Amino acid sequence: MDDLLADFLTETNEGLASLDAALLQLERNPANGAVLSEVFRTVHTIKGTCGFLGLPRLEGVAHAAENVLGLWRDGSLPVTPGGITLILSAADRFKQIIAGLEATGSEPAGDDGPLKAALDAAASGEAAPAEAVADTAIPVAETATPEAHLDTAVTGGNAPQTIRVAVDVLEELMVLVSELVLTRNQLMQLARAEENAAFAVPLQRLSQITSDLQDGVMKTRMQPIGNAWAKLPRLVRDLSNDLGKRIELEMRGADTELDRQVMELIKDPLTHMVRNSADHGLETPEQRRATGKKETGRILLNAFHEGGHIVLQIGDDGRGLNTDRIKAKVVAQGLATEAELATMSERDIHRFIFRAGFSTAAEVTSVSGRGVGMDVVKTNIERIGGTVDLTSREHKGTTFSIKIPLTLAIAAALIVEAGGERFAIPQAGVLELVRVGGGGDGPKVERIKESAVLRLRGQLLPLVPLKHVLQLEQAPSRPESEGFVVVTQVAGQLFGIVVDRVFDTEEIVVKPVAPILRHITMFSGNTILGDGSVIMILDPNGIARASGLGLEGTTEGGTMEEATTTTRREERNTALLLFRAGAGAPKAVPLGLVARLENLDAARIERTGDSLVVQYRGTLMPLVPLDSYMTLPETGFQSVLVFGDGDRAMGLMVEEILDVVDTALEMDAAGLRPGFLGSCVVDGKVTDLLDTSYWLKQGKADWFEPAVLTGTKPRVLVAEDSDFFRNLIVPAIMAAGYDVTTVNNGRDALRLRDAGERFDIIISDIHMPELDGVGLARAVREGGAWVEVPMIALSSASSPKDVERGRAAGFSDYIAKFDRDALLASLQHCLQPMLAS
Amino acid sequence: MQTAQTTKPDDRAPAGSITSDAASMMLTLSVAGQLCAVPVLSVRDVLGVQTITRIPLAPREVAGSLNLRGRIVTAVDLRSRLGLPPREAGEVAMSVVVEVGGELYSLLADQVGEVLTLNAEERAPNPQTLDASWKEFSLGVHRQGDQLLVLLDVDQLLALGA
Repeated sequence: MDDLLADFLTETNEGLASLDAALLQLERNPANGAVLSEVFRTVHTIKGTCGFLGLPRLEGVAHAAENVLGLWRDGSLPVTPGGITLILSAADRFKQIIAGLEATGSEPAGDDGPLKAALDAAASGEAAPAEAVADTAIPVAETATPEAHLDTAVTGGNAPQTIRVAVDVLEELMVLVSELVLTRNQLMQLARAEENAAFAVPLQRLSQITSDLQDGVMKTRMQPIGNAWAKLPRLVRDLSNDLGKRIELEMRGADTELDRQVMELIKDPLTHMVRNSADHGLETPEQRRATGKKETGRILLNAFHEGGHIVLQIGDDGRGLNTDRIKAKVVAQGLATEAELATMSERDIHRFIFRAGFSTAAEVTSVSGRGVGMDVVKTNIERIGGTVDLTSREHKGTTFSIKIPLTLAIAAALIVEAGGERFAIPQAGVLELVRVGGGGDGPKVERIKESAVLRLRGQLLPLVPLKHVLQLEQAPSRPESEGFVVVTQVAGQLFGIVVDRVFDTEEIVVKPVAPILRHITMFSGNTILGDGSVIMILDPNGIARASGLGLEGTTEGGTMEEATTTTRREERNTALLLFRAGAGAPKAVPLGLVARLENLDAARIERTGDSLVVQYRGTLMPLVPLDSYMTLPETGFQSVLVFGDGDRAMGLMVEEILDVVDTALEMDAAGLRPGFLGSCVVDGKVTDLLDTSYWLKQGKADWFEPAVLTGTKPRVLVAEDSDFFRNLIVPAIMAAGYDVTTVNNGRDALRLRDAGERFDIIISDIHMPELDGVGLARAVREGGAWVEVPMIALSSASSPKDVERGRAAGFSDYIAKFDRDALLASLQHCLQPMLAS
Repeated sequence: MQTAQTTKPDDRAPAGSITSDAASMMLTLSVAGQLCAVPVLSVRDVLGVQTITRIPLAPREVAGSLNLRGRIVTAVDLRSRLGLPPREAGEVAMSVVVEVGGELYSLLADQVGEVLTLNAEERAPNPQTLDASWKEFSLGVHRQGDQLLVLLDVDQLLALGA
């Protein structure tokens, strides 16, 4: 049953419930004009609505009844008991039909002829043959009743499923519940202080009921966001007429629910942004045609839940923001200098449009640009504890992302202490709590250059000491080696907030901070705790931004940066870069082998003889098409995977970069072709795995000739049992100018030693048959010709424990598999003394 | 800081347009020995010593926030706001809670005095010799016996942050 019909049924049932009573009242006092008007209105509404919904039976009866009522109202026909009986039978007929509608979703079959005839007769002033009507009505009623009965049994009949409640009542309830929650918290606090309180058990019960009540009241306030979007299709249609643009509006996630209050508050900003997209974002059909786009522009609204927030995106595929124009305006308005702009990322420059009085529209149109700019939108959204951001690419479009709390009212929060002050962190953003330091073999805070990191289950988490970002420390005391790390996720980025102590969680009533504090982005609000003290609520978003954590990679474009700089690595999983080139299955290459991803301007690609080159970082880089039939774009951009470094770089041209996935590699060498190692299943799809060394040779014949380093090329022994991994490692090392020998396991490696082979360095896998990496290291260190040779362990298991074990066995360094850069750096580092001598 | 006497007209309405007695009633308080006053109509409460939670990264003048019967009040230290030396250790502050734009703020003063009726006609413009840091927040001065009373511009005092 669609919503419209359901609403109609609810409304009609409400109307019918009062209709009988009103008719009886009218019978007693035919002169009561107010009651008559009410009856007339009810029947008229039913007629009007069912004409619209396509319910002919209901409409027919209502129409006939309305005629009679109309004459009564005008006073041209006296109200008679016989007439009342007729209208009452009509009301009964409404109920029958509606019962059928509720049960089946369509009008039940039946003949209303006699009833309508009787009503028409009454309207024309004839005496109503009431009995006859009642008689003829019975069979009709009987045909309908079985269904109606069935329905009664199942759904409780036509008792309304929903009731209307004034919003004020709900608001009042919410306020009361909020206060109740606070009082409960206060009581709990007191009870904790008591040793053996007699009221502990009932208090527990009270607490539970309060929580349930709170949930219940919250539910009454939730509404699908689609309600706020209802007016937008019409708005867009009108805009498209006014502006002479063709616009298609797509709405996703309309059933995402959020608090009514929040929804009311975002309605206007939302409308403004859609207007903006249509007016400034999208081009005219002619402009779009000229740039090779579809004439019809697209505005996409998307809503989804993320943590305790709802994310709303308003995107268009229009011209995108004009960075140069924004720059010019920024300088003209004195918001920043040219020099400052030069150091800013494009995205930061785009963010200037959120400044007060900033509008880039060249002319003021009737639609927007009336002085109400994005700054107002931003202020309105921030007022409810939300954030707004944008990503824009010239000629590709602009997407605004609004992140707002699901509800403004109550949230669970973790109470922490840093620098002697307490703070609340919304539970929604907290993934886990880790205790660091304090002895034992728990996770430890490590340092990469100046910044602290936490190694947690193979992942490196950047750490943000709370007392530093909040400047709570007078003098830098002991390093944050002890304390707790609150692991938080913001826009896909994990990071840890370091605090001194953690108390418990508490339900807090979120209150916005005073306007004079709103510029502090670290806080999303403040609240009063159970003990009556005021504390600030931290905003993980603001903290991440203030600490300069890379949050840029939230949407397309950003993924590339993220891909190459990512430090996250799942155990036994390999990060694969998926891309498309040529026909057939998607292709993949381990991300660790790719130095960079580039989008090269097609105009920069040059042809020398048979091959393609591009000027890249000061040298000529050969470009190899992955699919020989691939056509080079005349204009636009060419996606290129760059392998190698500096003057040894080579680019592989692909059609489209799809994704980066972390997946377990299970190779199938079936259908082997040159250039591919085989295929594996990624995300349920067969994917061809690139043989990197094959393609490197295509690019430069001399690829595997080492660069002239210091005269002699260092000799590297690689012990690795898997063909696949060998295929990955060897090209990377060779490309860096090393002479590589490979063996399958530790036993074979030792045979080489006994045969008198000399190597400058050994790279070994840990898990190998016959003699594993640890065994090999021990054997090497025990004595013999290789006792001084540096050894690098290469393994997918790189927990601190594993590293420790490796070092104890005699490895000089321990590298996670596929960390190409780390491996090369380690090689260089280990060989430094040798090269110097 | 912006120019000093640009108070919004509507905010001054109680003092100017409504000529009732209440509008000309002022609550006196003292800050570092200087007598000053705020309009009674904007005052919601006067509190003794309160537990004030420090707010990191807040403007220097913001002393913190406090709980007034379930509402959060942001405290602004008048000494700091007026560029005066901080209270000595052991000296306590009184909270004069005012409501501006639907928000509650507490103005921390050294002492709170009495409620006086001050005629707008008797108000004198800021004397030339008035300290610059006071001038910015003064709507004018009244003579009270042998001392001068500075009528504080509450909106300007709270024009903090960005």
